[in-house]
Amino acid sequence: MTKTEFPPSIRSRPVYGELEPRAGIFHLIVADGEGADAVIALFAKAADAASMLAKSHILYTAGPNGTDEWDRIAALGAAQAQKAASVPTLLFRLARVLQDVQMGTQIYLTGTEGLMGQAERDIMALGFPHSDIQKEHRGSTVRRVQCVHCKGVTENVRTDPFQCSHCGLHLFVRDHYSRRLAAFQGVNIDAEDRGQVPPPVERFR
Amino acid sequence: MSGGPKLNVRVAEVVKVNDLITRFRFVARDGGLLPAFSGGAHTVVEMDDNGTRRLNPYSLMSDPEDRTGYEISVRRDDAGRGGSLYMHRHVRPGMDMVLSHPVNLFPLDNRARKHLFIAGGIGITPFLAMTRQLARFGGRFELHYATRNPALCAYGDSLKAAHGDRVHLYFDEQGDTLPLADLLSRQPLGTHLYCCGPKGMLNWVRSAAATAGWATHAVHFEEFTAPATGAPFAVTLERSGKTLTVGSTQSLLEAMEAAGVDAPYLCRGGACGQCETDVVRCDGRIDHRDHWLTPEDMATNTKIMPCVSRFEGRTLVIDR
Repeated sequence: MTKTEFPPSIRSRPVYGELEPRAGIFHLIVADGEGADAVIALFAKAADAASMLAKSHILYTAGPNGTDEWDRIAALGAAQAQKAASVPTLLFRLARVLQDVQMGTQIYLTGTEGLMGQAERDIMALGFPHSDIQKEHRGSTVRRVQCVHCKGVTENVRTDPFQCSHCGLHLFVRDHYSRRLAAFQGVNIDAEDRGQVPPPVERFR
Repeated sequence: MSGGPKLNVRVAEVVKVNDLITRFRFVARDGGLLPAFSGGAHTVVEMDDNGTRRLNPYSLMSDPEDRTGYEISVRRDDAGRGGSLYMHRHVRPGMDMVLSHPVNLFPLDNRARKHLFIAGGIGITPFLAMTRQLARFGGRFELHYATRNPALCAYGDSLKAAHGDRVHLYFDEQGDTLPLADLLSRQPLGTHLYCCGPKGMLNWVRSAAATAGWATHAVHFEEFTAPATGAPFAVTLERSGKTLTVGSTQSLLEAMEAAGVDAPYLCRGGACGQCETDVVRCDGRIDHRDHWLTPEDMATNTKIMPCVSRFEGRTLVIDR
């Protein structure tokens, strides 16, 4: 099972559900890595998988841990399925797809938090309510973290604390999440006692 | 005092719009500016109808940028509880009246890429303010407005003149039907839908939007409805130590107010949640007519919204 149970945390920390087929004129599905399992489970739950596939567009990319299930996604036989080389190139394609999709489209995001968060951010920016976007976490728990000091975002953060890839500060990774930035917040851990940095612990895999 | 601070106004204009609808303009008695409001807001108009105090909510239809006055349009309801008849028969220019501050339970979601408005009959009023607001901000919208016939299509001509192709009119008696399913199927992602009209239209739009797979939070309804009439019933107010009878054209909230009980309220139409009251004992059936309580609260009869809901049965005791 590639599903992750996150321990209870502050309200800001996103929680995820399970993708459920919903009636719609079109189905837009964005996934990375182990998210492929959730996409396959989604169609397995559909009352009429063939007609749902005929109205589906799947955008997929490999996960940050290298998991690549593209063959299984391609084998589903959706009306359109595209593999992107990376998350940024997937988001570039998503932006184009979003120009044409109509209200009545169901949106499903699955995989890692970095991918889901950034897709959600781009969809929200068009005025679509975030609470109507379905999300299911699968696979890696590495985090996308914004340094609250220099505002630089570091992708695929594994340890806490970690060193900001932009300004070099040592950052404590909070569960405080920004939907607008699609990132967790990283705060300088040795601001008061410069140099007193606890050894990094691998908290996200 | 319940309902918040009041606005002391004077009726500046009374204009008959058509056979059913009359427009009223209110200005501040001190000649100053009225509080700002946003499209979709309503005000509660206080009326003294021969000793009966009526407080009816009406959508503000004037330009939100115009703070020199507020305008409302009132449709005469001959079978209603009497508020609209009072407005039509007794309200004249120069009269002093009292309004609540504007409250908006039907605001524009300004994150939307596009706004799709669906109006039926007098339900056009909030959209008059919203379209003016959007025209100033450059917001993208489409208005679809259904009425019985051109004579009853209040403000149809002025809307057409102001917004041209963005306004679509439909006349039931000419067999024009608002092409709802078609409209819902060709809106860009990020469109928000707003509907104000008779109950049948609200239900129609609600179910069509669900069938079309529209995002729940992108669909907005003007929910408040004038309290309907019903059989008289008795109620005991535990904290006040009073037992009252609610008349057939009176709401429970109005009956409490008439008995000198200061009960909370805001919209007086079952939408805002301000008047929510705990039920201490209920031997009978509460006729829940609000849009506020959860289905669980309604089923267990543990709460009541006195502004619209009624009761049938032996005993009702509420915590007021």
